[in-house]
Amino acid sequence: MVDTPTIDETVLLPRLKAGDQAAYAQAVEAYSAQLYHVALRMLGSEAEAEDVLQETFLDAFKNIDRFEGRSQLSTWLHRIAANNALMRLRKKRPTFLSVDGLTGEHDDGNGSQVPKQLYDWCCLPESELLTEEARAEMRAAVEDLSDALRVVFVLRDIEGLSTQETADVLDISASAVKSRLMRARLALRERLTAYFQGAGPEETR
Amino acid sequence: MNPASDSEKEECRRLLDGLSLYLDGEAEAALCAEIEAHMAECENCRIVVDTLRKTVLLYREESPAPLPSDVRRRLYAALKLEDYLVTGKGE
Repeated sequence: MVDTPTIDETVLLPRLKAGDQAAYAQAVEAYSAQLYHVALRMLGSEAEAEDVLQETFLDAFKNIDRFEGRSQLSTWLHRIAANNALMRLRKKRPTFLSVDGLTGEHDDGNGSQVPKQLYDWCCLPESELLTEEARAEMRAAVEDLSDALRVVFVLRDIEGLSTQETADVLDISASAVKSRLMRARLALRERLTAYFQGAGPEETR
Repeated sequence: MNPASDSEKEECRRLLDGLSLYLDGEAEAALCAEIEAHMAECENCRIVVDTLRKTVLLYREESPAPLPSDVRRRLYAALKLEDYLVTGKGE
């Protein structure tokens, strides 16, 4: 979870709407690292994450008059960033899930969720769990989730947004967030279990 | 998922839906008790719960990357906010 500087949005928002450049810089300073991180985990590409970051703030500042303050500014910025990232994914994989498909409940594209891998890797030493290779496998596993599951997992478990915040960002129900988070976690557990079983000292099952 | 009877497998599958809530501490007391009682009897489900918990922890523990300074600089430039870059943090 990214440590976001404390910021009083009720003070900042009127200044943003008034076109105060110092307020713009303050918003950028407060939220840019977190939004970049979301885009990077969504897209897996530093160059694309940077593009999304720039587009997000350009869109936000251009449309700040239309922001009514019904959600937090940070939620609104996350929504713009997540939608920008999802649109890029859709262009790369046109036959895959569309942004509109995010409102569906059963289209995660990650198949059966019944656990198959039953190797208990919890007790592996940190030196094996935290290798660079393991980290790369963790990132690849997230990138292989369907868009609908990945965006929920990134916002909830990597960025630490609450269920309701995630629901607000994606404009889906809290129960849809919970259900997708569960499916994402199970898919990642399956993948990491297979990986650590291969990486572990010996097979115990 | 269990080399057990069909009714026990059914129990494993039924509890599966509640595991995420359980791990987040959001499951109701009755569901927690049911999951814990089942785990005590079912080794496979215990492993699934433990490795699921560990999976989430590993991702949560991964330290977030700070915004790279060149990305930050180009962002300020794209927004025509260069004048504020020198007074910012993280450089």
